[in-house]
Amino acid sequence: MWAQARAPAPHPRNPSLTRGPRGCGAGGPQRGRDGAWPWLFVLPLLSGIVVFYLWPIVQTFYFSFTEWGVFGGSTWTGLQNYTRLITDPDLYRSIGNTLIYTVIVLLGVPVAIYIASLLNTPRLRFASFYRVLFFLPYIAMPTAVAMVWRMIFNGDFGILNYVLARVGIDGPYWTSTPGFAIVAVAIVGLWSSLGFAIIVLGAGLKTIPPELFEAAELDGASPWRRFTSITVPLLTPSIFFVVIVTVIACFQVFDLLYAILGSTNVALPKSMTLVYFFYQEGFVNNQKGYASAIAMAIFLVIGLATLAQFRLQKRWVNSD
Amino acid sequence: MTDRTVSPAPRAHRGSTRGGSHVVAHLVLSVGGFLMMFPFLWQIIMSLSTNAEVQSVVPHLWPAAIQWHNYAAVFDRLSFLPQLRTSVVITLIRVGAQVLLCTLAGYAFARMRFRGRGVLLGVTLSILMVPSQAFLISQYQIVQGLGWLDTVAGIVAPGLFSAFGTFLMRTAFLNMPLELEEAAQLDGASPVRVFWSIMLPLARPTISVLVITSSLWSWNELLWPLVVSTRQEAMPLPAGIATLVSNLDTDYPVVMAASMLAMAPILILFVLLQRRVIDGLAPSGLK
Repeated sequence: MWAQARAPAPHPRNPSLTRGPRGCGAGGPQRGRDGAWPWLFVLPLLSGIVVFYLWPIVQTFYFSFTEWGVFGGSTWTGLQNYTRLITDPDLYRSIGNTLIYTVIVLLGVPVAIYIASLLNTPRLRFASFYRVLFFLPYIAMPTAVAMVWRMIFNGDFGILNYVLARVGIDGPYWTSTPGFAIVAVAIVGLWSSLGFAIIVLGAGLKTIPPELFEAAELDGASPWRRFTSITVPLLTPSIFFVVIVTVIACFQVFDLLYAILGSTNVALPKSMTLVYFFYQEGFVNNQKGYASAIAMAIFLVIGLATLAQFRLQKRWVNSD
Repeated sequence: MTDRTVSPAPRAHRGSTRGGSHVVAHLVLSVGGFLMMFPFLWQIIMSLSTNAEVQSVVPHLWPAAIQWHNYAAVFDRLSFLPQLRTSVVITLIRVGAQVLLCTLAGYAFARMRFRGRGVLLGVTLSILMVPSQAFLISQYQIVQGLGWLDTVAGIVAPGLFSAFGTFLMRTAFLNMPLELEEAAQLDGASPVRVFWSIMLPLARPTISVLVITSSLWSWNELLWPLVVSTRQEAMPLPAGIATLVSNLDTDYPVVMAASMLAMAPILILFVLLQRRVIDGLAPSGLK
């Protein structure tokens, strides 16, 4: 569900989740009246959810304990995939690359806070025009923008290395040098996710009463002071939301890596992310049992990371 | 946009600091905006250049002669048209199916009483917690078993059903007033009629959010279409573009033109609808 992960996920503390429907309790005057109608409404969706989501997760879990033959057929191998996985250097390398990618993309969050607060300046002209400029990379097709970034990063004729050379830096072969390749992909990730963060944070900023800023200004607070003492503390719920959604999306990065590096890249084995590792084993090496175990590991890693963030949330998020 | 609706501050407040901060804001936003737009501008320039210009060590900031034929080559030499058709078809089908199925189920989960409602809702929403890779291999098996590899049916099938969309629509229906619905029920309207004539029109703003998020996802998604389609002609655009470089070797301007054309439809559509898109993508549940 990446585009769905990239698309807004429900707010973790959305009040409407806990607000029950009025008059829908059991024993109401209309009890029993709905009869078979509800099933007509939910069954089309539910049948698809069962066939394409519930059953697949059960089946993938089962696959993770099997090994697949070259010509089809699978045998139960117990925990073998998992013992292989925890001793596979590719797992740790891909987790490491995923973390590097995530940290670099998260560097965009402070930038997004600053840009969103500038866009929120009262009576700023062209604000909606600027907003579109920052927003477009977010909706652009990742594989298509990857093609341009490949050219920008090109080690021989890319404009990035040309600019770097002008200031005396000898740029590397960005996309084919292990170590640099994941950084290059992460720069594109930062560029493309900035717009989402700006939009969400902008919506959060609108909930801060402007009088607060005006009062602080009258008291002689500098713009920087207003930013650190009003904007950032009152924005922490939105910041938290952006961080959660960004981390989940980063942990599932695939498109950009696949399209920027290309499948024949020499740096690829050392630059794989978790989901690329999954794709590689499952659909290139055709080891679907092993890939199922990797999928379970991804599930676990994302779950743990999200849980950890909700734990830490209490330390820094203003909830009132 | 909102800036204009904020009531003007008293004149006394409009000191030099505020004018000064606007200069800084315009400076930062225009430089930042240019950096954000640079890859697109550079792409357009490269798509209109010759291959020699693109590969020259000293960059050509503008082609000596504009090479429109690079765009013609996209249609002549690549499987671009079939891929574009696939992309349009899968996006229309998935968006249509998601709107229909998610509004129906979301309405039932929000407003109807039936046995097992809580459990079924909980199970549906729990899917939101699971990364898509955990379904993928089994989904592939199912689609392969049905003989749907390399077909539109195979690409669209799992994406017809959306737990996120169901959550979104249920929330929308929960927050609507009960009165209209009750009045219609007293008049003897059937649940289908109440849903279709009263509740669905009221849900239009949330439906547009669902249309925006699902079309964006459907148009741009790579991993699933990539694993279920192997023939170039059967792929939608993202998979086609991603596998293009190896096939086309190094005719870079044509690659630039093809990727420009691939993302153009949704960019144009979203710029035209920008207010709706931006409001729709900023989660409304934020405090």
